Amino acid sequence: MNPQDKKTNLSLWYRNSSAASTLTILLILLLMSTALAIAAPAFLKASNLLSTARNFSAIAVAGIGVSVVILTGNIDISIGSIYGLAGVSVAMLMKSGWSLVPAVAAGMAVGGLCGLANGLLVVYLRLPSYIATLGMMQIVRGVCYILTQGYPVSGMADSFKWIGQGELMGVPLPIYFMVLFALVFAVFRNRTKTGRRIFALGGNEEATRISGVNTKALKILCFVLAGVCAAFAGVINASKVGVAQPTAGNGFEMDAIASVIIGGSSMGGGVGTVTGTLIGAAIMGVLRNALVLLSVESYWQTLVMGVVIISAVTIDQLRKARR
Amino acid sequence: MADYILELKNITKRFPGVTALDQVSVSVNRGDIHALVGENGAGKSTLIKVLAGIYHPEEGEVFLDGVRTVFRTPSESQQKGISVVHQEFKMSESLSVAENMFLGNLLYKGRLVDWKAMRLQADRMLRDLGVPMDVDTPVERLSVAQKQMVEICKAVNRNCKVLIMDEPSATLTEKEQALMFGTVRKLKAGGVTVIYISHRLEEIFDLCDTVTVLRDGAHIATKPVRDVTRDELVSMMVGRTVTKEYPRAGTQPGEVVLEARGISRKGVLENISFQLRRGEVLGIAGLVGSGRTELARALLGIDRMDRGEVLLRGQPVRIDTFRKAIKSGLSLVPEDRKSQGLVQIAAVSRNICMVNMDAAASGFVMSAAKEREISREYVDKLDISTPSVDTETQYLSGGNQQKVVIAKWLLEDSDIIILDEPTRGIDVGAKSEIYNLIVSLVAQGKSVLMISSELPEVIGMSDRVLVIHEGRLAGELARGEATQERIMSLCV
Repeated sequence: MNPQDKKTNLSLWYRNSSAASTLTILLILLLMSTALAIAAPAFLKASNLLSTARNFSAIAVAGIGVSVVILTGNIDISIGSIYGLAGVSVAMLMKSGWSLVPAVAAGMAVGGLCGLANGLLVVYLRLPSYIATLGMMQIVRGVCYILTQGYPVSGMADSFKWIGQGELMGVPLPIYFMVLFALVFAVFRNRTKTGRRIFALGGNEEATRISGVNTKALKILCFVLAGVCAAFAGVINASKVGVAQPTAGNGFEMDAIASVIIGGSSMGGGVGTVTGTLIGAAIMGVLRNALVLLSVESYWQTLVMGVVIISAVTIDQLRKARR
Repeated sequence: MADYILELKNITKRFPGVTALDQVSVSVNRGDIHALVGENGAGKSTLIKVLAGIYHPEEGEVFLDGVRTVFRTPSESQQKGISVVHQEFKMSESLSVAENMFLGNLLYKGRLVDWKAMRLQADRMLRDLGVPMDVDTPVERLSVAQKQMVEICKAVNRNCKVLIMDEPSATLTEKEQALMFGTVRKLKAGGVTVIYISHRLEEIFDLCDTVTVLRDGAHIATKPVRDVTRDELVSMMVGRTVTKEYPRAGTQPGEVVLEARGISRKGVLENISFQLRRGEVLGIAGLVGSGRTELARALLGIDRMDRGEVLLRGQPVRIDTFRKAIKSGLSLVPEDRKSQGLVQIAAVSRNICMVNMDAAASGFVMSAAKEREISREYVDKLDISTPSVDTETQYLSGGNQQKVVIAKWLLEDSDIIILDEPTRGIDVGAKSEIYNLIVSLVAQGKSVLMISSELPEVIGMSDRVLVIHEGRLAGELARGEATQERIMSLCV
């Protein structure tokens, strides 16, 4: 191979590969962190780093889930409501005497059922996913309010707080859960037959169908997974706060989706990595932390988040468009 | 002294790692229909894109009407009188015919859009070209052929001196093609110069005055069409003499492997019965829309059949999903490889292992290494030209893409292979490789059902030909009986 070919391959790789995309946003994260460390040395304290990571782990878990739906070229904006409903359900079940594990399992099942409903609406009624999940977003939120009559649910057994507030070897449990979800989903997406089929479906649904794949079932599965992940994220959050709010997760879907998009996934489907989503969530987390450490007025935080989403995606687009 | 509307002198265009055009010089006579032919990858598209202002050549000059011209952007190229009708139409589907024809070029009366003038002018233009239609219809409701006419009108509408048509006949039926030829001839009579790109050599002899052959980015020849023969053209394109276009020797098919009885689907297929034998190539001819593809889809469980029975090796089977069809040993190389055959943004290896994932998996876990290994084997076997098995299929030429789709099914090792338009839009060299592949498949005892619009191909390759007309079986012709005339008389 002559040097010119090598150079060509490198630039082609840089433009086309998912790994290059991940590397680019990792660089953005590192730059942000370095800048923050200089501006606010408190950022680097272990306690601050751990609490920052704990704070974005729910976004990451839900992001990992919804990234599977995005991989098929669809979207799920009901995950914020599912997140709320799962927290409320688990809290109410535990209040009525269920123990932690079955209650959390039931909460995740509730999320899975919501996802199933989304999937059925998209596949069998052929609703665009944006519309189906927009409707579900309202329905599920409505269920939250009806169940709680609008009041926060509190007074659960102490074990309820374990998931969100517990620690293992000095590291908060949500971080372990985030890593676990990331590992499981990375293997699932990249190494299993089903995972590879999801990529193929996102790349070309018709061709995947004409390769003998049951694309309907596959799409439904993706919505179910998004629902389950969002539900677990909701449990992490409710447990961390110690109270289940019926309003929890209002707007949360946009944070989760933003972490996926910042992470280099294509809204058109077929492209994206779990690592990217994780870094995307970390960027959002570090940014929140930065605005707090630098005592930026909270109204500005929202604005800055928007700017970061647009900039991160623009940088990624520029990378692809390089000639 | 020849009168050239367009002269290209020593055009060179390089891409990383490849020279797409190498010192190409072509002169186009004013008022000619000038054919541009060559295999995929020969540089035709690059040349068009240079003229359209999309690519900028590193070397060389372009003279338009004798004046040295540089096309920096597509709109500049259009302003100077060069219009391109691409294979994929670029229209606003929900807007009317008239509005599309004037898109980017609307007529005004003062500061307001002059709808009346546009509708009148659009109507007149369509009539003049022999294709009257309602100018208020939204473009999305038009047939492919009608859309093409609108595209042509839109192109001509911009004071067009040179009209470039990129494979305009690829998706047309014979009748529509004849109509399109008429339109092109009328344009010529009106003083427009046409550059016509096509893979179908027959139509070049029907339509064109001059032909330019490109090969591997180099200019091979420009000659008056009446001075070349079809065989000369083919050998100039491939750079060697193609000895035998259809490598088929008559074989003795074995026992019946598939029998269809009374296949019906409301409004599409009516009572179609046939048998397919082991080691046989069964051709299916018919006009586009006659029900050929629908027959395949019904057989394979992709579309539901209302009545009818399928027997595999004498046993009745119920195939109601495509997955069942695959399990029963059937496969389909679909007619449109881009939208149905490939995941364009996925690597060659991923596409090849998409059906038979088990070949590259242990249990439920896929092995990327195994995927690559298997794919390399098929890349070698089918002589697929790709930088590596990790390359996304969208970067491959049409012929190589088609081979990837075929490889996917070879890996599944089905006994019965349905090929729908297996050589559409691919070059002469790749075509003959696909023919050889079909021959080797039937030699291994597999059976092939080949749907094709190219009659010479159906006749040359098939042991028997079924002709479908308006959803019914119009006739069955044995090898030797099947001639273009007999098939066409059954088709219409």
